[in-house]
This record gives sequence, C-alpha cells and structure tokens, in this order.
Amino acid sequence: MTTLLAIGTQKGLFLATSDDDRRTWQVSSAHFAGTSVYAVAFDTRRPGGPPRILAGVDNSHFGPSVAISDDLGGSWQEPDTAPLAFPAGAGAAVERVWQIAPAGPAEPDVVYAGTQPSALFRSTDGGRTYALVQSLWDHPHRPQWEGGYGGQAIHTILPHPDDPQRVLVAMSTGGVYRTSDGGASWSPSNTGVKAYFLPDPWPEFGQCVHKVARDQADPERCYLQNHHGVYRSGDGGGTWESIAATLPSDFGFAIVSHPRRPGVLWSFPLTADSERHPVDLRCRVFRSTDAGETWQPQEKGLPTDPYYPVVLRDAMTTDDGEPAGVYFGTRSGDVFATRDEGETWSAVAAHLPDVLCVRAVQS
Amino acid sequence: MPVVLVPGVLRAEAGGESRLRVDADGSLAAVLDEIGRRWPRLERRIRDEQGVLRRYVNVYVDGEDCRRSAGLDTPVPPTAEIQVLPSVAGG
Repeated sequence: MTTLLAIGTQKGLFLATSDDDRRTWQVSSAHFAGTSVYAVAFDTRRPGGPPRILAGVDNSHFGPSVAISDDLGGSWQEPDTAPLAFPAGAGAAVERVWQIAPAGPAEPDVVYAGTQPSALFRSTDGGRTYALVQSLWDHPHRPQWEGGYGGQAIHTILPHPDDPQRVLVAMSTGGVYRTSDGGASWSPSNTGVKAYFLPDPWPEFGQCVHKVARDQADPERCYLQNHHGVYRSGDGGGTWESIAATLPSDFGFAIVSHPRRPGVLWSFPLTADSERHPVDLRCRVFRSTDAGETWQPQEKGLPTDPYYPVVLRDAMTTDDGEPAGVYFGTRSGDVFATRDEGETWSAVAAHLPDVLCVRAVQS
Repeated sequence: MPVVLVPGVLRAEAGGESRLRVDADGSLAAVLDEIGRRWPRLERRIRDEQGVLRRYVNVYVDGEDCRRSAGLDTPVPPTAEIQVLPSVAGG
C-alpha cells in the first residue's frame, strides 16, 4: 500500500509518497516549478490504473491551465487549446483554477472545476477539457458577487455522491449555491450563515464562505467554515446552524471530514479576520467526533514554539486509510500528517513554498 | 515574412524553435492569430481566450513595445522582427 500526498504550492507541485503506512515520506522535486498550484485532485474512478492526478497550474505570466497525469507524475498532458476558457463574448477570461472535483461514481468521466472569476466548468472527458456551466454564469446574482482579498472565485465543488443531479458550490464572496436539476438552475443556500460585514448580516447571498465539506458517511450533512462562523447543515446545505460554540475561534479557512466515520471532522482555527494566525500562536488542529457539537485540540507532535503561519482553505485533507490520515500545509511551507486521526502528528516536509492545497490517496 | 523570437521559457510550446517565420503580417493581431493556428499552445500563453495580451507578457515589434504603440493593432510589416518577452514580475 502506497500513500500519495499531493502538495500544491505557490511555486510548484510536490508529490510525497509513503510505502510504510505513512511513517516516512519521500518528497519529489517541484513539478511545474515556479507556477502556482491552487487546485489538485486525485481521480480514483478509473479501474486498472493508478489514480489520475489533475493539477490546476497557474503561471503568473502565461496564464492558467489544467494538466493531468496518469502515471503518478511521471509525465503530464494538457491539450493544445486551453482546457478551460470562457466562450467568445463572455467578457471574461479564466484567471485561476481554484478547485478540481471529480463527480460521483455514476459519472466516471465528469470532472468539475471552479475558477476565478467565479465560474463553474464541467468536463465530460475525465478532466482534459471543460465547458462553462452557462446557467450559473448567467445567474442574476452574479453582478453582486464580490471579490475578497484572494480574488473572486468558486473554490468549493461538492457533487452529491449518490445523485448526479445535485451539486453544491461555494464562492467568496457570494456564498453557497446549489442545483438539484443537473445544473439547469441554481439557488443560493445560505440560510443561517452570517455576513457580519454587510449592512444586512443575514442576506440571501453575499456570504464569504471559505470552505464546505460533506460528511462522507452522511451526504446530507455538510460542514462550513465561514469568514467568521462555523456551521453544520443537516439538509444537504439547505439551512445552517452554528457549531462554533466550543472552538477557540470561529475564524479559519479549512474544514475536512472523515473519509468514513459520520460526524468526525477537523479544522484549524485562526484568531480572527484581523489576526490571521493560530489561536494563542499554538499550532493546533481541532477535531470533533460529534458533528461539531464539541471540539478537542490535537497538537501532539506539532511545533511548540509560537506559530504564526495559517492553513489555507484547501491546505487540509484526509486520506482513505484505516485509521484515517489527516494532512495540512501552511504558508510557511510546513506539511504535517497524522496516521492515527490526529492523536499524533509528524512532519512530511518543511521549507516548501507557501502551501496552497493538499490531497491524499492510497493505492 | 515576419519573424517571431520566442523566449526560452516558451520554446517547448513552439516545437523547441527560438525563431518562427509566420506567414501573416499587417497587424500584430494577425500574426498572433496565425501563431494560434500553427502553435496554439504558444498563442494561449501570450493572449487569453478573449484575445487580450496577457498582463505580464510584453511584445515588441521592431523594438517598440506594442503597448506604447497600437497594442494588437500595431502595424507589422513583412520584414518585422517580433520579440516576445516575459516582463519583470513575480515573487
């Protein structure tokens, strides 16, 4: 059993592998050196081969692209024409790919991508080429979606694992939107999520949602890290209630769920919007085993010196191992892993460029 | 026939060539359109999908920055030398 960890950074993609059940790691040199990799995904739906790696590669000079590898990074392919592009006359160009999300098992060749500016793209050829989901681009709310510091982007895509007609996306700012008719129509879905920075703090849309994770064992349950606020939905993202009461802070970017156990999730709280560092400068992950009702810190093996770097929205993930592995990377280029669901942590890599995203898989 | 000088960082998108003879002239847009037909991966590194010159790519026509001239409408005579250079940007 090999565990593969993809680490997207500000200056390239690193692939770390472990052949001893995640005790030790070998970290590659940079793929796409010098380019930003904001999105990476493993597609495990193709039988008989290794997982396909899909990487959103953003060259600051020469623009964005998506490259795929079917040999674990041994070689990369991308089409001659841009894999993602707005149609002529759309009045926009793809600036960055923020998210790549393979669809459920019923659609083995469908892959979604979220971009800056906020748009959803859909591939039906396994992630090689994509077409704009025009219905969301044409949404009447779009002129009112605003950009945050990181830009205005769809950064979260959660296809429903059992129902291809249902997809949840989240954007900053704008909030959560859902379709239940295969993308023909989209509705905002932010009831209960606060937008403290707006005159009306409970708007229909306009929230600055940082990340949404779906409970892998109960797909109707979702977890949401907001720009201040941590929430849970029990109705597939229809309505939200706070689960921040026992966290040391309700600010942060990342939130991830256990690959199998219901109600188990992790976050990395930061002090506040105006103080973006770990609470009390302690490098701590918080885990809940009761769907966010209560949270417990996990820090054994993590740095004990005052710790300033943050964990960005896609820089935390789980693998599909037993027990589950959890991984996170920081803007100082540290990457940490646990092979016992957060009880103990160890370093995978240090001194990398700013970590933008991580994804892990076992094969 | 204009010649386009390809920077080292983009030569992989032009079949490894450093100089491309392009069978188009008249305007910079016409030259880039022809590059798009023959070397599409090169062209999409220079312009976005709406045909806009990427912000941190500079193109010089006979030594003149096209942005200080007429942009993509900059005249390109048949003898022109067009140089593509990444700008000084990054962190």
